[in-house]
Amino acid sequence: MASNMFVVPQTRGTVLCCKCGISMAPNPANMCVTCLRSEVDITEGLRKHVTIMHCPECDSYLQPPRTWIKAQLESKELLTFCVKRLETDLKKVRLVNAEFIWTEPHSKRLKVKLKVQKEVLNGAILEQSYVVEYVQQDHMCESCTRIQANPDQWVASVQIRQRVTHRRTFFYLEQLILKHDAAVHAIKIKQMDQGIDLFFANRSHAVKFVEFLGKVAPTRSRHDKQLVSHDSKSNNYNYKYTFSVEISPICREDLICLPPKVAASLGNLGPLVICTKVTNNITLLDPLTLRQCFLDTEQYWRHSFKSLLGSRQLVEYDIFNIEVVSPEYNLGGSKYVIADAEVARVSDYGKLFYIRTHLGHLLKPGDRALGYDLYGANSNNIELDKYKGLVLPEAILIKKSYEEKRQKKRGKPRPWKLKSLEMEVDEFRGRGNEQKVESDYEEFLRDLEENPELRFNLSLYRNREYQLSEMVSVSDGDDAPSVPLEELLADLELSEQEDGEDGMRE
Amino acid sequence: MVIYAGLQFENSCEVGVFSKLTNAYCLVAIGGSENFYSAFESELADVIPVVKTSIAGTRIIGRLCAGNKNGLLVPHNTTDQELQHLRNSLPDQVVVQRIEEKLSALGNCIACNDHVALTHTDLDKETEEIIADVLGVEVFRQTIAGNILVGSYCALSNRGGLVHPHTSIEDLDELSTLLQVPLVAGTINRGSEVIAAGMTVNDWMAFCGSDTTATELSVIESVFKLREAQPTAIVEEMRKSLIDSYV
Repeated sequence: MASNMFVVPQTRGTVLCCKCGISMAPNPANMCVTCLRSEVDITEGLRKHVTIMHCPECDSYLQPPRTWIKAQLESKELLTFCVKRLETDLKKVRLVNAEFIWTEPHSKRLKVKLKVQKEVLNGAILEQSYVVEYVQQDHMCESCTRIQANPDQWVASVQIRQRVTHRRTFFYLEQLILKHDAAVHAIKIKQMDQGIDLFFANRSHAVKFVEFLGKVAPTRSRHDKQLVSHDSKSNNYNYKYTFSVEISPICREDLICLPPKVAASLGNLGPLVICTKVTNNITLLDPLTLRQCFLDTEQYWRHSFKSLLGSRQLVEYDIFNIEVVSPEYNLGGSKYVIADAEVARVSDYGKLFYIRTHLGHLLKPGDRALGYDLYGANSNNIELDKYKGLVLPEAILIKKSYEEKRQKKRGKPRPWKLKSLEMEVDEFRGRGNEQKVESDYEEFLRDLEENPELRFNLSLYRNREYQLSEMVSVSDGDDAPSVPLEELLADLELSEQEDGEDGMRE
Repeated sequence: MVIYAGLQFENSCEVGVFSKLTNAYCLVAIGGSENFYSAFESELADVIPVVKTSIAGTRIIGRLCAGNKNGLLVPHNTTDQELQHLRNSLPDQVVVQRIEEKLSALGNCIACNDHVALTHTDLDKETEEIIADVLGVEVFRQTIAGNILVGSYCALSNRGGLVHPHTSIEDLDELSTLLQVPLVAGTINRGSEVIAAGMTVNDWMAFCGSDTTATELSVIESVFKLREAQPTAIVEEMRKSLIDSYV
């Protein structure tokens, strides 16, 4: 008899299996596993053949009643899906393991080996594995059917417009959309005159896109719907939804004359201001006093003023003399220095202007700058007329010109490149516009080179065709600004992305 | 035949519940058909008396009474008529004694042969003394594979014993030493662990339920030494797959 403090170690003996007589450790059924298996089949009553629906177009499988699950062959999602189809069966037994058995990809059969456990015969737990065969039946899913029937069918569309003569905003917008993958769900993208149209299959995708636009640009939108069909029995209404988004016509580097009310609300900001940055706020800079102000989207649309002069009207000036007047100011990350300058237009050296400029930190005598020629401009602006007794400066310089240096690099490829969205070009746009568009694009690329903060939100990729050696030979002391190589997304990433996408499409 | 396998009492293969076999007598329950009784009678009639009886009005006589060639112990709820009937039918040297014991299923609590008995750990001291007296045995309080109902999980004869299959090797050794007979852990009636309910045995005869497999029969045959005449070599061979311990 074992006492309380000392426990006798117990070794299990062996018994003979009551059926086949081989020696085994005793278990609740007292039969060896083989005999038990032959005796009891725990997979009895479990389905061994199941039919599943598969859409050949989008490679997805139907989970009744209506969900289509996209899954690759022999993937985790497919395994989860297969096991889920057997849910009712698997309530009776406990699932321990599931794995795929290889089948020919075109055989339309999937085989899954399941290992299950069940309690049998007074407490013994038996583990058994069995194979379930899934027969794949081809059946197009609803969305593929709809696309096949009418490939141009859309449910929601977003029409973005900006009433300006250039397309710089839309180039920038395109890059932003690519960076944030905002147009992933768009069925079609169309380039229109003064804007872009996007088409979506789902209203919520369109709403999401409109919200995205609202975050990156000062926009105003309205929406409408059009009844397409009506099922009177179930009272289902099918609509086509249209969202019209208007982006404010104020762009970077625009010269604006503020309406008196706005100027007053901003603290008497000098009526002539330059727009320095456009996101969902508009940043205005008074070049003569170096005061910066922000206009909210709402605030802008309350007054919706237009710009006085746009970047198309920039004229080149030659700087003869610069005299720094003020110390360096740091306004939101950018430095400005007020200076008096003696300039003349490159096209007409006869007339010299003495003007005040905020680019004192950048310009040196002999430099070239781009600016607005207010002396020569004939502005028909209501707002301007409202200011009685306003003396307009003769010129306002906006930025430094690197035109000469660019001449050297003309024709040579850049070390970086941008991706682009697939857009359908409307035939409406005539041939004459093409040149304009190209020069706009070139301007845009130059803008990117010159402004690091513009680049901040975009992804630039290394241009594989670019040869490094040429760049080295051409470089001289004062070079045109270019994108430093560290900012470029590695070549590897780009190719991986492209190859990866191809791989998945297989 | 030394082993009568394939026995059924009213379609139940639990032979040991409805019968009690010792070296001096055999008790059989009263059943609907005479098949059960005639099985015993055909084998034992000329050797020992086969007595049809009930105990406490029930048919589960095998589990209610405990006995050997010297005596028979019956529970307190045995009726007087049954007691008288037993006293009349059994040979004179067999002492029939009724015990006042709260554990009335004596067959489940006591496993005994002609020399030694294993009992339930909670049995009364007086009962133990009566057992020692009436049956003429040495009494040990034990458990088998952690079960206190030693009478159900062990079938004992003077030549050997079969115990619960989960009995550990140390336990087997200990019990074997106490009982002075070879013991084996095994099953009866196709893997049932309740040995004494599935079979009943004496020194030369064993009766097993109908579900008993051939393997189990061979184990029983060898441990209770029921084979007619055997060369030692075959026995040795069998022993390799069994756990025995000799004193």
